[in-house]
Amino acid sequence: MNVEVLAVSTDSRFTHKMWQEHELSKMVEGGVPFPLLSDGGGRIGAVYGVYEEAAGVDIRGRFIIDPNGVILGMEVLTPEVGRNVSELFRQIQAYQHVQATGEVTPSGWQPGKPTLTPGPDLVGKVWQQWQPKMAFE
Amino acid sequence: MAKEKDSCVQPAGGPIAPKTAESQPKTTVQEEPRMNIARVGHEAPDFEASAYVKDVGFKNVKLSDYRGKWVALCFYPGDFTFV
Repeated sequence: MNVEVLAVSTDSRFTHKMWQEHELSKMVEGGVPFPLLSDGGGRIGAVYGVYEEAAGVDIRGRFIIDPNGVILGMEVLTPEVGRNVSELFRQIQAYQHVQATGEVTPSGWQPGKPTLTPGPDLVGKVWQQWQPKMAFE
Repeated sequence: MAKEKDSCVQPAGGPIAPKTAESQPKTTVQEEPRMNIARVGHEAPDFEASAYVKDVGFKNVKLSDYRGKWVALCFYPGDFTFV
């Protein structure tokens, strides 16, 4: 998939170092390999719509950015619920497939499942290629 | 690895406003550079932040340095929090 992860919070880089050494390295052998960015003051989070002023923190937002620097997808959650990494992987795989082939991925698509090729011939005939139950399989 | 040289305070650019095109007519009123807000289908607002990187140490990271690569940009509420 070849994706670079950037993690951002309002903590200082010193706190990031301590977190890596004292906790993350006990969850992931050797510590997490991606940069931990410091957004003191939440100025970056504000531009991304995730800075919560009352608490002074960046809430859980994640953004898929393609090689041209364009945001393709975003998901923002309040702090109590963690992310679903499988869904992030699925979306990135879908976007990479779309950019490589020009096909589009219907609801519930997973790698290996049928895609659609948009065009005049498909108008009114999606039902022949895609059924709602396929979104749940 | 080079010896870390880092003071208590490390300025980083934060959000970086897009450059306005030279051809645009100059207005007499001095305008604040307008920050783009993150939206799907639009260019990700650039920024520079100080960072801690495993095996590297402290360095500033700029989003635009990742051009040509897929990026998952993940904000989270804080180190040592529970979820």
